[in-house]
Amino acid sequence: MSRTERDRRTADRTSASATQERGDGAGGATPPSADAAFTALLEDSAEELYERAPCGYLSTLMDGTVARINGTLLDWLGMTREEVVSRKSFTDLLTVGGRLYYETHVSPLLRLRGEVNGVAMELRQPDGRLPVLVSATVKKGGDGQPLLIRITLFDARDRRAYEAELLRGKLAAEQARVRAEEDRTRLQSALAVLQRSLLPTELPRVPGMEVAAHYHAASRDQLGGDFYDLFPVDGSRWAFFLGDVCGKGPEAAAVTSLVRYTLRAAALHDPTPEAALTTLNTVLHERYTSSDPRYCTAVFGLLRPLPGEGGFEVELASGGHPPALVARRGGEVEALSTPGGLLVGVLPTAGFATARTVLYPGDTVLLHTDGLTEARTGADRALYGDAALRSFTRDQAPTSAPALVDALTDLLHGFGDGLGDDTAVLALGVPAHEADTATAPSPSSRIRRDLRATTGENNQ
Amino acid sequence: MDVRRRNNVIVTGRADGPVLVLAHGFGCDQEMWRLVVPVLAAEYRLVLFDYVGCGRSDRASWSEARYQSLDGYALDVVEVCAELGLERATLVGHSVSAMIGVRAARLAPERIGSLVMLAPSPRYVDDEGYRGGFSREDIDELLGSLEANHLGWSATAAPLIMGNPDRPELADELERSFCATDPAVARVFARATFLSDSRSELPGVTVPTLVARCADDAIAPPEVADHVHAAVPGSRLVTLEAAGHCPQLSAPEATAEAIGEFVRAVAR
Repeated sequence: MSRTERDRRTADRTSASATQERGDGAGGATPPSADAAFTALLEDSAEELYERAPCGYLSTLMDGTVARINGTLLDWLGMTREEVVSRKSFTDLLTVGGRLYYETHVSPLLRLRGEVNGVAMELRQPDGRLPVLVSATVKKGGDGQPLLIRITLFDARDRRAYEAELLRGKLAAEQARVRAEEDRTRLQSALAVLQRSLLPTELPRVPGMEVAAHYHAASRDQLGGDFYDLFPVDGSRWAFFLGDVCGKGPEAAAVTSLVRYTLRAAALHDPTPEAALTTLNTVLHERYTSSDPRYCTAVFGLLRPLPGEGGFEVELASGGHPPALVARRGGEVEALSTPGGLLVGVLPTAGFATARTVLYPGDTVLLHTDGLTEARTGADRALYGDAALRSFTRDQAPTSAPALVDALTDLLHGFGDGLGDDTAVLALGVPAHEADTATAPSPSSRIRRDLRATTGENNQ
Repeated sequence: MDVRRRNNVIVTGRADGPVLVLAHGFGCDQEMWRLVVPVLAAEYRLVLFDYVGCGRSDRASWSEARYQSLDGYALDVVEVCAELGLERATLVGHSVSAMIGVRAARLAPERIGSLVMLAPSPRYVDDEGYRGGFSREDIDELLGSLEANHLGWSATAAPLIMGNPDRPELADELERSFCATDPAVARVFARATFLSDSRSELPGVTVPTLVARCADDAIAPPEVADHVHAAVPGSRLVTLEAAGHCPQLSAPEATAEAIGEFVRAVAR
């Protein structure tokens, strides 16, 4: 208690000198009305200022025992001075959570730093609890020994209610973010499944040929409209197609699905390219309305092995699609031009031109969608273009279907965000003779690797 | 990962003295030992560290999976001891670190030769036939207090402060950051501490143990220390005339004296 008395004397000295200072300043020029107000203020004794301060105020010994407490705080606590002074520790006035927090955080801070500011705590009251903001300083003796802790408490009901609302809002936002993230993941995986259903899971093995394909999905949140397929139509012939449905999203995907299965069914009935595209045109046009004008571009082809030479005859028709390229063994690149082929599904009757060629060992035919040639490249974001694709293909010679698709996959990755659209490429080639490809892996393993790469891309 | 950097390990004191590893409890960091270090440094080699997530440790090494159980913190102790090649060191564990020490001694008996438990409690929540001093609701209230007080914590300043103990230009931030813990880390440490039950670990303690309780401790009441003393085979019990839960701050001389007396007795 001697420390307490010392503190009280100190406090009285301090307030006396403060009063003195105000007395000195009060003389002379102050107008009468302000003077009256000031006189009233002077009557507010230091004791009154302490007791009725608009905040709780108490002093404790270093062990927390309350040594002095003001009337405001006693009112908040609903206790008498006799019940508190020397009998209670500051932490007894707090809720248990606050007491734990005081012992683990506030007390060490006071010992080591001498002060804490604005700690949120709750006072126990007879009929509940009062949120307060607590600040405290340690008073030290002349020898640096800590003597007392002075603590002020401000009523923080409004502030804490506001903070609680902020915290609730933050929590709700966080939960919403997590939910949105989950929804997006679910949507993406559903889209990935749908997208895969529009493409063959793997390309079939075509005896005497190497085949490879790659699909680049521009967005994980959007279904693309590009498609391709390769399948046997009878004991010796194989049909293939590649195309691009106008638009994106679920509606385009529905049309893509329709296109794929229509072409497959049509090929079973009559596999000649012109007939297959004509059937597709009829089916799509029947669906075509002014409110949902869906159409596509497509190349449809038929492969027939040539007896003896190891070559294949290719017959293909195109409806509004960029021409297929043939990369010859010697490095020449030709476009298989099909002039006059119309968009599929726009007009009730449409004509499709047919082109033919023969693939000899070392030759490869390449089909692509315009995502590739319409990619933006370089600093000026120029279109990649048909000429560049031809030149690129020429530079790959001598090549094979898997090697060409590998090279194009790298090219597409190199476009980065310049590649804005979905892109499909399909290559069909006749392997060069053994003597020419002694260092290359076997055709079948290269196809498998390619299919893995393709599947992986779709999964992204 | 460099354990010294990860746990902000500081080695000080007498280089050839017996080794004391000082493990801070829940709340602050190795600064808790600031007043007792000068008293012990003349006689002992002192190893100070921050648990991962606390003080100036490497926050990036923290994961909820590891630090939601006291075993994760015990692994920190063992890894710090292994990094320094310590053998038969005395682990001085304050508060929850007393029970972390029990686990560490079980994990690496060759490294930890004796235990000093400052203000220990094996279980804070009351149980049938056991009085820890707190109810489950009390602990939830503490978690609420943590939520409401991010003392000195600033998500933007934290990356600068943590893991950069050697940058003097950060002195102001360091001073302000004392006791500042990432709210997520504090929440997980608080739950690991106050919802743990180490009572079944105590009979398995095989190393010499000092139970040092505080005379007036709102977190670990005297009867809890009695329980620990009774359960740990051959343990000694002392009562420190220290106010509150942190005797190394409120009575550093008495705390150092009790530790020294015990270490000398064990050595004999």
